Amino acid sequence: MAEIWQGKLEKIDDYKWRIPVTYKPGMKVPGIIYADEELLPGILSDKAPEQVANVAFLPGIVKYSLAMPDIHWGYGFCIGGVAATDIERGGVISPGGVGYDVNCGVRLVRSDLRHEEIKGKLEELVNALYHGIPAGVGSKGDIRVSVEEEERLLLQGSEWCIKKGYGTKEDLECTEDGGRIEGADPTKVSDRAYERGKGQSGTLGSGNHFLEIQTVDQIYDKEVAEKMGIFLGQITIMIHSGSRGLGYQVCDDYVKSMVHCLSKYNINVPDRQLACAPLDSEEAKAYLGAMRCAANYAWANRQNLMHLTRLIFERVLGKGWQKLGLFLVYDVAHNIAKIEKHKIDGKEKSLCVHRKGATRAFPSGHPDLPKRYRDIGQPVIIPGDMGRNSFLLVGTEGASESFYSTCHGAGRVLSRSAAIRACRGRRIDKELLEKKGIIVRASGRGTIEEEAPEAYKDISEVVNVVHEAGLSRRVARMRPLGVIKG
Amino acid sequence: MKRFEIIEHTADIGLRAYGKDLKGLFNNVAIGMFKIMGLNSSIKEKDRIKIKVDSDTYENLLVNWLSELLFQFNKTKIFFRRFLIKKFGDFYILAEAIGQKIDFQTFKFGDEIKAVTYHDLKVEKTKSGWRCNLIFDV
Repeated sequence: MAEIWQGKLEKIDDYKWRIPVTYKPGMKVPGIIYADEELLPGILSDKAPEQVANVAFLPGIVKYSLAMPDIHWGYGFCIGGVAATDIERGGVISPGGVGYDVNCGVRLVRSDLRHEEIKGKLEELVNALYHGIPAGVGSKGDIRVSVEEEERLLLQGSEWCIKKGYGTKEDLECTEDGGRIEGADPTKVSDRAYERGKGQSGTLGSGNHFLEIQTVDQIYDKEVAEKMGIFLGQITIMIHSGSRGLGYQVCDDYVKSMVHCLSKYNINVPDRQLACAPLDSEEAKAYLGAMRCAANYAWANRQNLMHLTRLIFERVLGKGWQKLGLFLVYDVAHNIAKIEKHKIDGKEKSLCVHRKGATRAFPSGHPDLPKRYRDIGQPVIIPGDMGRNSFLLVGTEGASESFYSTCHGAGRVLSRSAAIRACRGRRIDKELLEKKGIIVRASGRGTIEEEAPEAYKDISEVVNVVHEAGLSRRVARMRPLGVIKG
Repeated sequence: MKRFEIIEHTADIGLRAYGKDLKGLFNNVAIGMFKIMGLNSSIKEKDRIKIKVDSDTYENLLVNWLSELLFQFNKTKIFFRRFLIKKFGDFYILAEAIGQKIDFQTFKFGDEIKAVTYHDLKVEKTKSGWRCNLIFDV
């Protein structure tokens, strides 16, 4: 682990800390880290705070470089970073501020089932999901997408799946951006990216991606929970995946091309991984066109994964998925850049909001929300590690200061090798089963150890900070029962 | 001489590699990358492909070299274990990557490397040769 960060940090209140703009010459705005006294020592133990300061160098950055409480050391941007740039003031877009897994995100599926009802079937369900959902490095799926269809999928996202019969219109309504972001341009996606994404739609991938059967074990806001169709003791399903090889290659292609933009546009950033280009440049437009294709690919991927899950539940439980009540609560992206309208000092501005490991969290009344959620706010889905909880929150007006963004997960505290060392001689899957009754299945060697609960921050502490800081509000808590890892 | 070692990184994986010359360094760093992905003795030298990359600095050449190997691995499914660098110049490489085609469904992978990043990237001359640092997105 790296040494303790020695930079300047000023306490604003119990949940907010500032890196002053004077910390490093070249910073255009201050950095803000959302954390409490408990989380702070962990945050200062790697290079993440330095990365918050580095992001503040981006041309056109507005207000501050933000970090959510699940912040940890990334590359270029920290994970948990949010930065908005002003198009009219020379603002840039940085592929590193989106990440390689473009539109990595999470969806939450509710059910009419109660935990007690399926206790006896749980192991069969987990095993059926493990065998039926393609997972692991370079996994390929049963959902076939022909070459001509691939382009349509990149343009249409989840809508493509609905046309193929892999879901319903209601699913689209419950997906951020309706599962299809406008402005995708398949001609800006390289042959290499097509090649890497080939056959991977409807596959989970590896690393921290997962599919989880959960039960709701705590309700914080009964009224809002009810409006989202959530009740105590209910079975829910959470799916965490992204744009697979296609997204990795899109990011790789454009980071490489934008490294050269730094000298071309005379941009000074302290880390080449922050390579970027002015939003009105040809390079930025090309990246936006390609990145949006990858985002649509990811939404289609999660839609396809949910479709496969519904079919498996139907088969094991012998009832149609509608009868089982397997409806989508919501789907959020947590690695993405979007052009959004925000009020800055009383004036409406068009900003490019980068969310690198952060979730959009619109408040009630926001025009971009589907009707069913407009009077309560956007559902925000925050997955935890495989041994503890996940949370369902709702967007609040307080998040206007973070460009309507909140945290995205627990955030790592141990490196992968440190996690493996901590687990040496132990069987984490057995421990989880014996101590907590959680059934875990993973395809990769070492995945379970690398993803062990102690490798992550305590999700409850992270969620507590965003709740107290007013970035979003707790609605319900889920506990894992069965976990499929890549 | 140590060929490479893993650098601790909270979310991803870093690699430090060494070589008595640049050719050796680029060879060792490639072996390190495939070790992270699960290279083991079951991989034989059966299949080979030609690799050609260029760039404008040693750092950028290193990223291009590893990115190309990663892309070819994903495309051809050949898990590489040996690299014959035939020509190494300022700033280009002509090489052959040798390994064995694997079945992605059954192979016991290590960590999936999504990409080679520019973060904390360094290629530098030392008293005894060359050294590099880099971070992979996993």
